[in-house]
Amino acid sequence: MARRLMEGSEAIAEAMVAVDCRFFAGYPMTPFTEILERMAEFLPPVGGVCMNAESELEAIGMAWGAAATGARAATGSTGQGLALMQESISEMCTARIPLVVINMGRGQGDYFQATRGGGHGDYRTPVLAPSTVAEAVELVPLAFDLADRWRNPVLIYGDYYLGHTSQAVEVQSKDHASTGRAVADKPWALDGSTGGSGRAKLLSSLGEAKQRDGVGYDLAEHLERAGAATLEMGAGIEPFCDVGHCDDADLVVVAFGTIGRFVRWVVKELRSEGHRVGYVRPITLFPFPTEAVVEAAAGARSVAVYENNLGQMIDDVRLSVLGSCPVEFIGGLSMDSSGFGVGPEIDAPKIRARILAELERVEAR
Amino acid sequence: MTLTRGTVVIDREACKGCDLCIDACPPRVLEMTTTVVNTIGHRFPLLIAPGCTGCKACSQICPDFCFQVYKFDEPKEIPWPVD
Amino acid sequence: MDTELVGQRVVLRTDRRPDDATLVDDFTPELVDVGAHHLCPGCGEPIAIRSAVECIAELGAVERTISVFGIGCYTAFSNNLDIEVLQALHGRAPSLATGVKRMRPDALVLTVQGDGDMVNEGLQEVLHAAARGENITCVLLNNGVFGETGGHITSTTVLGQRTKNTLDGRDAERDGYPILIGDLIASMGGTAYAARGAVNDAGNVARTRRMLAAAFATQERGEGFSFVEILTMCPTGWFIETQESPDYLADVIAGTHQIGVLKGGDVPKGDR
Repeated sequence: MARRLMEGSEAIAEAMVAVDCRFFAGYPMTPFTEILERMAEFLPPVGGVCMNAESELEAIGMAWGAAATGARAATGSTGQGLALMQESISEMCTARIPLVVINMGRGQGDYFQATRGGGHGDYRTPVLAPSTVAEAVELVPLAFDLADRWRNPVLIYGDYYLGHTSQAVEVQSKDHASTGRAVADKPWALDGSTGGSGRAKLLSSLGEAKQRDGVGYDLAEHLERAGAATLEMGAGIEPFCDVGHCDDADLVVVAFGTIGRFVRWVVKELRSEGHRVGYVRPITLFPFPTEAVVEAAAGARSVAVYENNLGQMIDDVRLSVLGSCPVEFIGGLSMDSSGFGVGPEIDAPKIRARILAELERVEAR
Repeated sequence: MTLTRGTVVIDREACKGCDLCIDACPPRVLEMTTTVVNTIGHRFPLLIAPGCTGCKACSQICPDFCFQVYKFDEPKEIPWPVD
Repeated sequence: MDTELVGQRVVLRTDRRPDDATLVDDFTPELVDVGAHHLCPGCGEPIAIRSAVECIAELGAVERTISVFGIGCYTAFSNNLDIEVLQALHGRAPSLATGVKRMRPDALVLTVQGDGDMVNEGLQEVLHAAARGENITCVLLNNGVFGETGGHITSTTVLGQRTKNTLDGRDAERDGYPILIGDLIASMGGTAYAARGAVNDAGNVARTRRMLAAAFATQERGEGFSFVEILTMCPTGWFIETQESPDYLADVIAGTHQIGVLKGGDVPKGDR
């Protein structure tokens, strides 16, 4: 397959179409809008549907309905729009319905929203954080596979840089996509066919099947069952991350997404100058790569966390090392005047300066 | 003698005593019990006289599905009242 | 015909099937699998839902019907039905139904919602679904209160109507005016059929059934959004005796939410 220079939003959209996503719904909001535009362009020619929803509430509602028929469906927005979707995301977990939700965030302030969620009850969603367009194109198929495998929404957490930078990537062209609503074998999916059979299907966050003794739904029983499935998912997904130069590192820098990409480049540069620094870039934010962080930090004298927010992933890093070594926050909010997360600090020399300063503090101790 | 075209079977135990069937019945041949109640403590309807036409007003209005409605193959002349 | 004594009264026996008669109506229609439910005595909702599923059976659409239920007293009753059920969050049913129908255009897709679900929580969903002319049928069970929580005011509660949080009756100054959702939906460009029925007496049940049939036929012909609002009794939430609820519906509720065909479709006999 030839590599083509593509903007992130277009590559992500084409990657979704390539794995038979045939329903998308969204509401325009920077920097997510271009994915909605591309899906509106790519889906109809392959027999898919793209809806301009009246709000994010209905966008995820429509995607929910489409997913209930067994089709691969997706939706998305940026952090604020994701906030409107929290109720549905959590309820879909309890109803055990697959869906891919894309947060093209503004900065990285939605880490807690993504990994802890703002919905109700016990639920988790796998979260994948690409740092390059090429990586996003690889994570899209994984997101849909995880969603179908665990019957649970899965989040892809990108940002402005991911959506609006271009890279030469390999992704199956939409022109070769199979038309029609390819529906994987989903016995739970609704098509009306079990009507009148005495065991008509139910797809609900209140229960997995209709009670035949006429009592209605037993929510306690269902929440236990859905809960068990959630725990099984958390344990069953192998977390993964990108690790480099940690073997003899005095300082390990942990960063994800776009920031993680800058940190990796800076660490390589510092290593070439003889500095003993390494990096860990979590790609699955849930389940968090705890063991990889522990292993990387084992020989280090300090761990530094760099995020474009006030410090959120740092909690998970601390929970990983559990005090075995100091964990310092060296990131901070870096915003543009529109608040799109394109900040002046997100620049290699500036990130380098912060890492060097931390390295000197560590070596001075 | 009273002509009757149909009759009903009533699931007395399913009834919640809501009374809707009584007024819905055009020939007014249903009446609720007054002192007798079912196992869940509700009064229930009685077919108090012939005259049912099998029009199924009762079964269509009943929220608890207590009525089966039948139409006799031949209308019957029933001696009524019976002492 | 044999008789029996019930409470010192001679009545006709009603516990045995006659062998010289034909069955006209069974306890439960074909698609109501289980009759028992916990809805209140005199509740209109099972009556309305029964009519809807009877229409679906008559239409021969059983094996391609997908229903989307809102959250209210009727939610538990979806368990009793032998049709496929997709449970939505409070107010979101028309959006889910949109996604379902867009992906399965050959399915018969309906929502079943209450006035709290549709006209309070999900007004945006249903209005936009109507404006878009989605080829779905939304069935509204309008009893003018939040039944499941014990009879609280909703946006269709009529002026003067007593509810749990308007004990002295809904007051326009304090609580504003009821939304006539049927008429609102009828004014939408994408709405092909809209009607308002009721289940407070056998005549209205039959009339509502014709409206449901017309609505489903509209969907089957792909003519756009179809809507049937069904006024249902809620004696518990209206704080009245169950036998008073048919007249209360006619005099109090239907006085504001007037029964009739509001837009399009083959006008069933007896309706304007």
